[in-house]
Amino acid sequence: MREITLSQAVNEAIAEEMRRDPTVFLLGEDVAEAGTPFKVLSGLVEEFGTERVIDTPISEPGFMGLAVGAAMTGARPIVDLMFGDFIFLIMDQLCNQAAKIHYMSGGKLNVPLVLRTNMGATRRSAAQHSQSLQALVAHIPGLKVAMPSSAYEAKGLMKTAIRDNNPVVIFEDKLMYQDKAPVPEEEYLIPFGVANIKREGKDITLIATSSMVQVAEKAAELLAAEGISAEVIDPRTIVPLDEATLLKSVRKTSRAIVIDEGHQSYGITAEIASRLNEKAFYHLDAPVLRMGAMDVPIPFSPALEDITVPTPEGVAANARRLCAGEMIHAAE
Amino acid sequence: MSPAKKTNSADYLRMYRQMVRIRTFEDNANQLYLSAKMPGLTHMYSGEEAVAVGICEALTDDDRITSTHRGHGHCVAKGADFKQMFCELLGKEEGYCRGKGGSMHIADQSHGNLGANAIVGGSMGIATGSALRAKLMGQDDVTVCFFGDGATAQGLLYEVMNMAALWKLPVIYACENNGYSEYTKTAEIAAGSITARAEAFGIEAFKVDGQDVLAVNELTQKLVARCRKGEGPFFIELETYRYHGHHVGDINRAYYRSKDEEKEWKENRDPIIRFRAWLVEQGIATEEEIEAMNAEVEKDAAAAVAYAEAARYPDVSEVDMHVYAD
Repeated sequence: MREITLSQAVNEAIAEEMRRDPTVFLLGEDVAEAGTPFKVLSGLVEEFGTERVIDTPISEPGFMGLAVGAAMTGARPIVDLMFGDFIFLIMDQLCNQAAKIHYMSGGKLNVPLVLRTNMGATRRSAAQHSQSLQALVAHIPGLKVAMPSSAYEAKGLMKTAIRDNNPVVIFEDKLMYQDKAPVPEEEYLIPFGVANIKREGKDITLIATSSMVQVAEKAAELLAAEGISAEVIDPRTIVPLDEATLLKSVRKTSRAIVIDEGHQSYGITAEIASRLNEKAFYHLDAPVLRMGAMDVPIPFSPALEDITVPTPEGVAANARRLCAGEMIHAAE
Repeated sequence: MSPAKKTNSADYLRMYRQMVRIRTFEDNANQLYLSAKMPGLTHMYSGEEAVAVGICEALTDDDRITSTHRGHGHCVAKGADFKQMFCELLGKEEGYCRGKGGSMHIADQSHGNLGANAIVGGSMGIATGSALRAKLMGQDDVTVCFFGDGATAQGLLYEVMNMAALWKLPVIYACENNGYSEYTKTAEIAAGSITARAEAFGIEAFKVDGQDVLAVNELTQKLVARCRKGEGPFFIELETYRYHGHHVGDINRAYYRSKDEEKEWKENRDPIIRFRAWLVEQGIATEEEIEAMNAEVEKDAAAAVAYAEAARYPDVSEVDMHVYAD
């Protein structure tokens, strides 16, 4: 199978959907000729014109609001938010408006829009361009949240998101845009709420999102060399969450670590760990651990930044201790 | 009143009737609240009827509006039905939003009302986005964005007016200036001129007497026609007044506005009294016909209230319905 980058996969997904459905359009800062700073959207304006690939002023709440209104009245906007950190700027439009309109209207109004943005540290971008804020939006009923872990997922989830009748937020890890993966030439969609078992194992389950899937897979390799068999699961969407697949795995392995690049506290990891505790308690041989970014603003200095996020070695170390029966806390 | 143009008596009578419907709706809603039959809180539109009616009478059902926390007037003026509105206010299953929105979120998609919004200025993006959709999809409908003078303090307005002007979107920003931003005089929260804010973006802005339904309607008709030709956006500042407090519980308000001022507006600038006198003077309706119309509206409202009071609440199984669309 051919291999393409995550960036190309996103681009292909959007182009295919724009060809299929004339109501789909893109808007955001520097999405047209510039194709975004990460060049993810390069070439789309040439095919679809500036009417459907719209460069906006630097007005995040404004263009997010426009997308909500366009979505409510029959279009399918894809909003490009240049950095995930800017989500704080659009919170009212996303969480008070987009997320609630279907419910508040008793199901009469729909808001079919996609907000694509990014996440991820270690790009030396410091505290306002490095956050992974998926927990903030996952907390709000009415929003769906997808976190692709490779080019394959990025394309299939994007196409599903564009066809979904709800506001969907897609967080792409900005360090993965150039990562290649096999992506079929023929069309495919990845349904929401269906986790992917990346690697089967029997001793411990590593549940990981986005780029943390790579971290978990590398950790699994390290553990395999020591005779510990780790299962790696990528939920692919956080909302909806494929709880059944996660529970089934944990009931089998009896141990789990949940890894996500959001901050350690009050995050996606806490939510998943809690569900496992509630629904698989008697199957657990050890506490479910959370591993996220340290509870500090992401620092600039490489010497500091690299220690704020989970690493394969760190995951493997925690897994080793869990499998050895040590009741540990990840923060120690 | 504006110069008489007796081109269409039926239109004038409908405008009058719609203004009376709003006033009557609000009188009933206020009673429901005061008698503790209505949950939550609400904001009365009484006094501002000529704004909603003058504007909405210039629109079709395909044209969209976005409304505010003070939104019952917009909803009625855009064509909503009393029964479904009262049901919504009382949280009943047959309400426009199945009781999930209430007074502050009432929406009526069938007539193009995209909904009231409880975030001040929260719908400015939605209205402008609706206009962007119209332009992108080659549709000729116009969107009117209602908001108050208080909402001119929100930054979102300036972001969306900039984009609307850049892209010539068919949207009309209708600023209902009732003189008060909640419990504070507008002069204390808004520096400079309201219309100049829009003019800074190259948007043609107009100031109109919001108590004169014909003046409002005449201006809006022109602007809607120009919007359909691609000459939008526009901005209208409508000078008006709310008779009640900011919300129904805002009873003792002498600290921010005088009883004399309220009396002056109610007695000398009331939009319904003024229009009624004009209709009689012009020979469009007799006093008797107007009284009969008023009585009919009151009867409709009373029946709708009784219906809503007796209507069912939504089944508890609906609580997690409509979180996500299929």
